[in-house]
Amino acid sequence: MTKLRYERPVIKKLETGMPNKFGTRTEYEPMTHIDGVAVKDLITEFGSPLFVISEKTIRDTIKKAKKAFGTRYPKVQFAWSYKTNYLNAICSIFHQEGSWAEVVSGFEYDKAISLGVDGRKIIFNGPDKSEQDLTKAIHNDSLIHIDHLDELYSITELASKLKKRPRVAIRVNMDTGVYPMWDRFGFNYENGQAWDAINKIMHSEKLELVGLHCHIGTFMLSPFAYGTAATKLAELALGIEKKFSHQIKYIDMGGGFASKNTLKGSYLPGSDINPDFDDFAEAITSSLLNSNFQKDKLPLLILETGRALVDEAGYLLGSVISNKRSSTGRRNTIIDVGVNILFTSFWYDHKVTPAQPFTHYTEDTCLYGPLCMNIDVIRESANLPLLNKGNHIVIHNVGAYNMTQWMQFITLRPNVVLIGPDEKPYLIRSRESLENMNRMEHVPRHLKEIGK
Amino acid sequence: MKLHKNIAVSEDGLLFNPVTGESYSVNPIGVEIINLIREEKNQESICKCILAKYATDKTTFEKDYHDFLGILEHHNLIESHEEKKA
Repeated sequence: MTKLRYERPVIKKLETGMPNKFGTRTEYEPMTHIDGVAVKDLITEFGSPLFVISEKTIRDTIKKAKKAFGTRYPKVQFAWSYKTNYLNAICSIFHQEGSWAEVVSGFEYDKAISLGVDGRKIIFNGPDKSEQDLTKAIHNDSLIHIDHLDELYSITELASKLKKRPRVAIRVNMDTGVYPMWDRFGFNYENGQAWDAINKIMHSEKLELVGLHCHIGTFMLSPFAYGTAATKLAELALGIEKKFSHQIKYIDMGGGFASKNTLKGSYLPGSDINPDFDDFAEAITSSLLNSNFQKDKLPLLILETGRALVDEAGYLLGSVISNKRSSTGRRNTIIDVGVNILFTSFWYDHKVTPAQPFTHYTEDTCLYGPLCMNIDVIRESANLPLLNKGNHIVIHNVGAYNMTQWMQFITLRPNVVLIGPDEKPYLIRSRESLENMNRMEHVPRHLKEIGK
Repeated sequence: MKLHKNIAVSEDGLLFNPVTGESYSVNPIGVEIINLIREEKNQESICKCILAKYATDKTTFEKDYHDFLGILEHHNLIESHEEKKA
């Protein structure tokens, strides 16, 4: 006789008329496959935990974004935000799809060059560019976005020294009606800092002012703020044309578009309420088209969105280590995915789906990671189907920032696999080993002997 | 270990405690265990019944069984939890 599938016994108190902080049941189907590859097979071959990225989803998403902007505005260029995910394979997909590179450090700049990106298609942002970095960027004719006056003076000096005319833009910060207002980077619009920088550049004639850049926030839920920002940059560009008879070639609206993740504390899931590419595109392009640019003098629109392009393509597979009860009787489940590799669990209530069949019975569960640290909580409260030791889970929307902000802390960073268009898994980053870590360390001779 | 008097469990897993007026949802294997407890079966017999019917091992079931008893006790549905302590 075939035995029935085992599910552990569970009893749940029924409460009516009470809002449940654990939320309603959200998982109805197990996620057994990613792009045709079985989760079980992936874990067997590459171990657990495991990052999995869908090439198909990335390509579909960038196409969707290009369509949203390209159908509304004649000249659009995407630049891949390296800090969001700078695994070489991932950057290469975006470059194959026509994206330029947007980098914020010498390390990221070198990475883009090593991948074969044309220096003229690298946007160099950020407040920390060394003289060496700037020299390289000037030689390669990259687009240098100036963050502060010290940098402006450094570039001006280098331009004389190298006898080159670097192509630059200034980063502009401004009040777009959202809180918090980002005024840390660049030059302020409202108090005249931006005009001050523009005047210095234009009068020195040593730099070529080709663009204006802004980046108004992160995980922005209000497309209207982008409309305001685009209007202000357009006014600046038109002011420059009027004052200096100089045409700004591009307006770079930066990134910050929200993905479909759910922010902690949000009542409704991000997949239902967060704006999509069409919403952002409508706000930005309407502002630019409604400004006073002449039809044949519309600037190129550059977008540096990262998160919204890659978050949904990333999955993190994990396994259940143990089930416990808290002192109050709450279900605690420990999984092998910790906050050290899932940095975004500090901001989001990530969707978690079992990778094997389950019944409709659920438990109010707290998902803990494997670290011996109290902060290691992946989901403080989730209404999850019953999970047993050894079961696999799939954590969704992890493609952005996790594979750059992850930490080698207590455990080593795991393998990363890309599911190609041929529905085959490709290892794109190997898991770390003790050897990797020890290679970077040096023990002074007097500490070599530790005794027995 | 005894189930409190008058506790009603339907076949489809609705448990009602008339003393407190509280209702609970129980999964099928939980209903089976509650019915076996009502029949005053001991842990060994309950374990035997479940292992004969479901694809699991003794260690897993015993762990889950004790966890389940703990929750029944937490909700004040069983009188004592002597077997767990024994």
